[in-house]
Amino acid sequence: MKNNQSTILQKSPIFYDTFERKAGAQLKVTHYCPGCGHGILHKLIAEALVDFNVDDKAVFLSPVGCSVFAYYYFQNGNIQSAHGRDPAVGTGYKRANPNSIVVSYQGDGDLASIGGNNILQAANRGENITVFFVNNATYGMTGGQMAPTTLIGQKSTTTPRGRTVANEGYPLKMSELLSTLEAPVYVERVMLTDPKNITKTRKAVRKALKNQIDNKGFSFVEVLSACPTGWKKSSQDSKKWITDVMEKYFPIGVKKDVSEEREPTIVKRKTPKYSDFHKLLDIQSLNSLPDVPEIPKTQNISEEIKIAGFGGQGVLSLGYVLANIGMGHDYAVSWLPSYGPEMRGGTANCSVKVSSDRIGAPVVDNPTTLIAFNKPSLQKFEADVVKGGNIIYDSGLIDSPPERDDVNGLPIKATEIADKLGSTKAANMVAFGVYVGLTGYLSKEYIQWGIKHIIKKEKFHKLNLEAFNKGFEFGKKHK
Amino acid sequence: MSKMLIKGNEAIIRGATLAGCKNFFGYPITPASEIAETASYYFPLVGGNFLQAESEVAAINMVYGAASSGVRCMTASSSPGISLKMEGISYIAGAELPCVIIDVMRGGPGLGNIAPEQSDYNQIVKGGGHGNYKLIVLAPNSAQEMNDFTMKAFELADKYRNPAVILADGFTGQMMEPVEFPEPVEKFPEKPWAIKATKETKDNLICSIDLDPDDLEKHNIHLQEKYAEIEKNEVMCEEYKTDDADVILVGFGIVSRIIQTAIDELRNDGIKVGMVRPITLFPFPKKIIDKYASKGNVKNINVVEMNNGQMVDDVKLVVNGRKPVSLLTRIGGNIPTVKEIINHIKKRG
Repeated sequence: MKNNQSTILQKSPIFYDTFERKAGAQLKVTHYCPGCGHGILHKLIAEALVDFNVDDKAVFLSPVGCSVFAYYYFQNGNIQSAHGRDPAVGTGYKRANPNSIVVSYQGDGDLASIGGNNILQAANRGENITVFFVNNATYGMTGGQMAPTTLIGQKSTTTPRGRTVANEGYPLKMSELLSTLEAPVYVERVMLTDPKNITKTRKAVRKALKNQIDNKGFSFVEVLSACPTGWKKSSQDSKKWITDVMEKYFPIGVKKDVSEEREPTIVKRKTPKYSDFHKLLDIQSLNSLPDVPEIPKTQNISEEIKIAGFGGQGVLSLGYVLANIGMGHDYAVSWLPSYGPEMRGGTANCSVKVSSDRIGAPVVDNPTTLIAFNKPSLQKFEADVVKGGNIIYDSGLIDSPPERDDVNGLPIKATEIADKLGSTKAANMVAFGVYVGLTGYLSKEYIQWGIKHIIKKEKFHKLNLEAFNKGFEFGKKHK
Repeated sequence: MSKMLIKGNEAIIRGATLAGCKNFFGYPITPASEIAETASYYFPLVGGNFLQAESEVAAINMVYGAASSGVRCMTASSSPGISLKMEGISYIAGAELPCVIIDVMRGGPGLGNIAPEQSDYNQIVKGGGHGNYKLIVLAPNSAQEMNDFTMKAFELADKYRNPAVILADGFTGQMMEPVEFPEPVEKFPEKPWAIKATKETKDNLICSIDLDPDDLEKHNIHLQEKYAEIEKNEVMCEEYKTDDADVILVGFGIVSRIIQTAIDELRNDGIKVGMVRPITLFPFPKKIIDKYASKGNVKNINVVEMNNGQMVDDVKLVVNGRKPVSLLTRIGGNIPTVKEIINHIKKRG
């Protein structure tokens, strides 16, 4: 702390001498109206930032409202944000730069109305930022419309007969609301009416900033502040109205304070070496594994496979294994799933292409091979199969064979065979074996090596291989 | 380098990480959720930060905040979520902040469905938010390009202080293909404009407000000059069998893959057809389309899109009546088949 005794009568060094960021000619005076509370609060914040020696690393956020122009005055990095979005902008900034001190300065329409969810969620996450909430019960900048904090009966340009409970509901007590949350460390409401209360405000401002400096989390100070222009009152009457009317509905005081007992949370991020990135990102190719067998020669092929069945029958993973094996052989491959609620509802299918040529459309409209694990799938895709194509189907689950006589139907009780081997889960590997045996363009040895690297669950390795081999023998016989 | 079989959506996060992005803010939505899920797993491992925001609106504003500090950052969503982000995107473009936004397009309008569509063309390329801004837009058609273009998008975003968008669709997001991943980027451009919470940067201001009309006009002219510079330098376009083509097909993203297959089959029937595939949708490859619009042997130009005909307007603007321009579309999550394209071209003669 530089100087505990600094007086707020001086101009803080954090303020610009000339307001160069301001448009127009009047670069020495603020844009605030006489009697407005913003100036006082600006000074209290400026003083605290300097006293705590964090003025260089303070970042000021200014969203829509009269105080959007706070950047005219504060010599700080300043981010002007969209209406109500300060807590989100502050979250993004602070997480990208945890060493900063983030000061969010919001009005009532901004914070409690359009940005209601943003402040609630940032508070609930316990973001290590400080929020100053200036409540003047009106939309000052926009010209005196109703705010979420406008009092019952209070006239505004959009409640010309006064706010009513029936039409607009009750004014929002943000401090009380936020103080019910677990995460916030400190919530207090203060008012800028007289020296005694300004001193209280000064203490609150300092505490709220200190908590952030100490990495204790989210602090919130609501400041009841005068808007003589919006209220159409003199400065003196405005102050009296805060005390006599506003404070009755919005009582000042500490709503929550766990500053003492709250442990600091220091953000620690890993700093891995660039050379480790591929490993950290699990970027690994099958053929770069140390024990990779000889890569088989490619042939001139263009395979289009449609695999379909119920969710849980291993439809997508069969496609995934096939595409991986194809890639390992140096073919061009693509794998396209049906996705979304359709899948969660039960039926699943995927399109796999394996080709010695570049692959155009990844969609399989007319499969050269259809692998069907249930009756609806066979019925759905049978007509699409190319003339002379293959239909491998689980004849233990599908009671009627394909109706077409211009395709090669291959019935195999894949699920039953897998069940006998140990688990119905390997039915897809039986079907895979049939496909490989039948088509003959993929190497059995490579697959026997590859499957265990593609399906990583070790307890299935033996089962998968056995299932594959059963299918392979069957497929080869029907080649 | 060797290849790995991976989903487009997951390739995006590998690419982003290799490009030095360590900040992800997003909200789940099908068919883009794997991007957030993958980021939530890998970002913390490389010293990054992942946060699931309370809304799309919050997510894009978190990106706004993070980008202000000079770090590489991103968000990802799908069409309805992107609509919600539009306010923030306008602010980011106005304040000239670099960031990357992924849009894995799905069917609309409204809740629509989760199948692939390309109906965000207008909202992304023409600016769905308010004001005179443009986004740099890259449209990948493979898992490899999901990685490559994400990395490129970070580079372009920083170079021009402008948001860059990866405009993908449900298929490019969900599809798995072999991808080769490059080594990570280790050098990044200086950002003297950024707010770093230091003495040196405390006069920096990130702002999109300019009360004085003359000042705001000046800012807008500056933006337009920047966009002109981008148009001059950054056009990316792929041509397929166009050399001797007298029929031109135009399509972007996943559609270009279907067109490619259709072209191979049409050529087997002796029809000389080729494809112009815009990769950058802004900057739009006007010169290349102009070349075929003014080429004597070209009979017609045919646009295929998965929307109600949005890019076709840009093609027509360039062609300007010199050749007949036709449009083949499928909407609602349906995709044009190879057969439909072949029939369409054969009918045109």
